[in-house]
Amino acid sequence: MILLQLAYKSLKSRIVTTALTVFSIALSVLLLVGVDRVRQGTQAGFSGTLSQTDLVVGARGGSLPLLLYAVFHIGTGTNDISYASYQHFRDHSAVQWTIPISLGDSYHGFRVVATDDNFYEHYRFRRDHSIQFASGSRPEGIFDAALGNEVAASFGYKIGQKLVLSHGLERVSLLNHADKPFTVVGILARTSTPVDRSIYITLYGEEAMHIDWKDGTPPAIGEETPAAKITKENLHIDQISAFLLRTKSRVSTLLLQREINTYKGEPLTAIIPAYTLQDLWSVLGYADVALSLVSTAVLVVGLVAMLIALYTTLNERRREIAVLRALGLHARQIFTLFVLESTLISAAGTMLGLAAIYGLLWLFHNPIEARFGIPLAMVGISKRVVLYGAGVIFAGALLGCIPAMRAYRRGLIDGLNAY
Amino acid sequence: MSFAVAMHNVSFGYEASTPVMQLKELQIERGKRVFLHGASGSGKTTLLGLIAGVLLPQQGTCEVLGQELTQLSLSARDRHRGSEMGYIFQNFNLIPYLSIKENIELPCRVHAKRLKRITSSSLNEEVVRIAERLDLREFLHRGVTKLSTGQQQRVAIARAIIGQPRLVIADEPTSSLDIDRQERFLHLLFEACDEARATLIFVSHDRSLMTHFDERISIAEINQVRS
Repeated sequence: MILLQLAYKSLKSRIVTTALTVFSIALSVLLLVGVDRVRQGTQAGFSGTLSQTDLVVGARGGSLPLLLYAVFHIGTGTNDISYASYQHFRDHSAVQWTIPISLGDSYHGFRVVATDDNFYEHYRFRRDHSIQFASGSRPEGIFDAALGNEVAASFGYKIGQKLVLSHGLERVSLLNHADKPFTVVGILARTSTPVDRSIYITLYGEEAMHIDWKDGTPPAIGEETPAAKITKENLHIDQISAFLLRTKSRVSTLLLQREINTYKGEPLTAIIPAYTLQDLWSVLGYADVALSLVSTAVLVVGLVAMLIALYTTLNERRREIAVLRALGLHARQIFTLFVLESTLISAAGTMLGLAAIYGLLWLFHNPIEARFGIPLAMVGISKRVVLYGAGVIFAGALLGCIPAMRAYRRGLIDGLNAY
Repeated sequence: MSFAVAMHNVSFGYEASTPVMQLKELQIERGKRVFLHGASGSGKTTLLGLIAGVLLPQQGTCEVLGQELTQLSLSARDRHRGSEMGYIFQNFNLIPYLSIKENIELPCRVHAKRLKRITSSSLNEEVVRIAERLDLREFLHRGVTKLSTGQQQRVAIARAIIGQPRLVIADEPTSSLDIDRQERFLHLLFEACDEARATLIFVSHDRSLMTHFDERISIAEINQVRS
């Protein structure tokens, strides 16, 4: 007990050094735990890109490419699927809802996604967030479009803006649908998912742009059907790129997946997005490991700073050690005194760091989720954080053994003679 | 006759092959004030280290206050020193981060034996009583660095004699004081030791102080190792 008091008073007397050391450890802990929380939040945000969808269905192919083009709108599918197959599964008894997706056009690098009302009705991300409108309403007419939040922001577009979409995905496209401009009727609220970077039109709009096209080539100049003459009645949808599907009961998901994968009408692939998202995350996980490594390095620097701070005082403290020895303190107790000091410093640093990071999380978790789509869960203290905290204190105590060992030896060698 | 210190045929070297201290016989009676005279390099600090039990002789016996140190473990010797001896250094006696009061009471906080022997009803009162005797009352709650050297040495006396140790060892305690203060310091030290009924071993190179003591021993004469 007296040793603890001595350690405390000794640290207090060197308040500036002690405070700086505590601060540097607190900063390390803050970074370590902060990175961990953000990492967890990022993972939660990533797997929350798509929620409540049980299956993603596309033409026969790999599961990762399907997820990438259907959900992230990256790349293209090798094949489309027939609208008849889509209808077959849309009307399947085990299916609650479906969202058709047709890709192929773009606007200055942003993907154009053709879909129907089900998208605005049923699409969910981060568990239960649905598509909201920042302004305007969902596209109803053939040449109506809704802009993702980031698309609208990057062009500064408002409701009523005319868009000429491009055929294909190139940023500078050779083929523009100049004869059939679209009108912005709605701007979606921010979702922090790939939805923000897409333009939504109706399936009819997609079809109308490509009316009279044959085998991927546009009609000759002068032969196009004028936009004004096109009505929904004379448009016929025969292909889409993929569709999202929700089953009535989760139990039937696997059965339905099997049924789709072995569908006789057409070669199809159905994937469970949660699993594929997890696979994709484990690929992206490298960045996350790098981040953890950096924050661990910062922690090591913090602890070494403490070691240096304690070690440099050793010479000044030789006299003190001799006095304590004269008072009958055993060299072991002097060892304990030094270890106590380092433990106190690392414990104080850990507490301060944890308090700071949780304070920051509490203050900023709402703006961060809104801005970056990273849900920083305010769950109490996770096992991992407890492990980090205990680890830092233990490492502090362990590092404290180095100057303590030296003080112990000096205590024995110098004895009462240290001027 | 019981001795506070009785050493026989002691040989000690920091390295076993080169002894720096060899003495046939050293006996110090209980309750005496003994002046150990020695120039620097004569082995003063070594001798005090042996008596205090910080150093252990390679040969011989060293009985201090009835305990044969060579038969005690390291930690038992530390306990023995802490509970039975008060030690005063030449300077820098005090723990810099403790107040004067905390410095004085430290031996009683570390050793229950010292705490049991205080004469006042509480440690607090004992500290105040001793501080009053040594003219330190007004400094009790100050920091160590605010005191002059003379004041610091008086605090060292207070800490050495609190809890009535049976032996007080003072290693050149006056050499950083001027002559007037030396006299006053000695006077206070003797008073304090008498009150605690402690044997005093006083080491100095300054022969002018010799006359105040019951017994005078020259380290150079008893140490058979010539440097």
